[in-house]
Amino acid sequence: MVQLTLPRKSKPKQGKTWNKPEKGGNWREFHIYRWSPDDDENPQIDTYFVDMDDCGPMVLDGIIWIKNKIDPTLTFRRSCREGICGSCSMNIDGTNTLACTKGLDEIKGAVKIYPLPHMAVIKDLVPDLNHFYAQHRSIEPWLKTTTPEPQREWKQSIEDRAELDGLYECILCACCSTSCPSYWWNSDRYLGPAALLQAYRWVADSRDEATGERLDNLEDPFRLYRCHTIMNCAKACPKGLSPAKAIAELKKKMVERKY
Amino acid sequence: MSYRTPLSNVKGLGTANEGSEHFWRQRVTGLANLLLSVFLVYAAFHLVGQDLTTVKAFFQNPLHFVLSTAFVMSATYHMRLGMQVVIEDYVHNEGSKIGLVILNTFYTAFVALAGVYSLLKLSFGA
Repeated sequence: MVQLTLPRKSKPKQGKTWNKPEKGGNWREFHIYRWSPDDDENPQIDTYFVDMDDCGPMVLDGIIWIKNKIDPTLTFRRSCREGICGSCSMNIDGTNTLACTKGLDEIKGAVKIYPLPHMAVIKDLVPDLNHFYAQHRSIEPWLKTTTPEPQREWKQSIEDRAELDGLYECILCACCSTSCPSYWWNSDRYLGPAALLQAYRWVADSRDEATGERLDNLEDPFRLYRCHTIMNCAKACPKGLSPAKAIAELKKKMVERKY
Repeated sequence: MSYRTPLSNVKGLGTANEGSEHFWRQRVTGLANLLLSVFLVYAAFHLVGQDLTTVKAFFQNPLHFVLSTAFVMSATYHMRLGMQVVIEDYVHNEGSKIGLVILNTFYTAFVALAGVYSLLKLSFGA
């Protein structure tokens, strides 16, 4: 059966409070999930206080401030700090999103930060994304053609290019897939919203000549049809895309080619 | 410990080459159920509190018999398709999963046959 509770060794415990501030000042409380592979301890929720007079406005600014000023062992991924690299995806205030584009002013009370849900944790806020990336690889996310390559670029009309809007912007941050209950239960066989949105991105590309093979590759009760239109993916996407809609388009194409 | 590559894990046993038909039939039977349940409400209003002779007379009408049999068949088939999805979602042990999918078929077939038998008896029985 599906595992509905956390295994005993994965249940988070109350952790330590690092820097309880003295009176005065503009301090913001952070509760952050910590887990290290180097000892045999359960995960714990540590409490930090961030000086908002010395820190930028985003959640990422807050955790970088903590890493620089309080606890250099706090581990997380980050790179571009402007929502284009997809590295700093994590569960903030109960929603999967990017720490760099989530404003601290959008959160009431303490800032609660966990790694992306239902993923194996490597350390602290860093999940293991190898399987997620392999799922993306499996949909063969590149242009496939048999017509000999033209002398110059493959041409595309303005209308055909517009078909890719709402699809090409995906940054593979995994916020959508890890918010999806179907992905939680069946990620071993279900490709998940991120990989399926990319699959549709290539099906929708007017230059691609492998549409049939791409659809064949998804003709499966688990790879595609575990999507039950729960819509968490569209709600979570920090780029405002709708993987649910892309999946619905794939299902429409599947029926369309039968009749 | 397994040295399988992540891509090998994702590809697994390959595609089942089915899934769309299941999805499509679930939609079509869903639509049929929606339309036929209009008749079901009509029948319920007509038959509530009536004696057996009136009920039999109702089902001896060919249109009533055909619509109610269609409802039993469409609803049980839809039930089987939907329950199979729930089993595949939540049951992960391969043995239990196959077992439950088979039981699901037997159970819905039994419900369907019992329903059709009852309707035949009402319609054609003495």
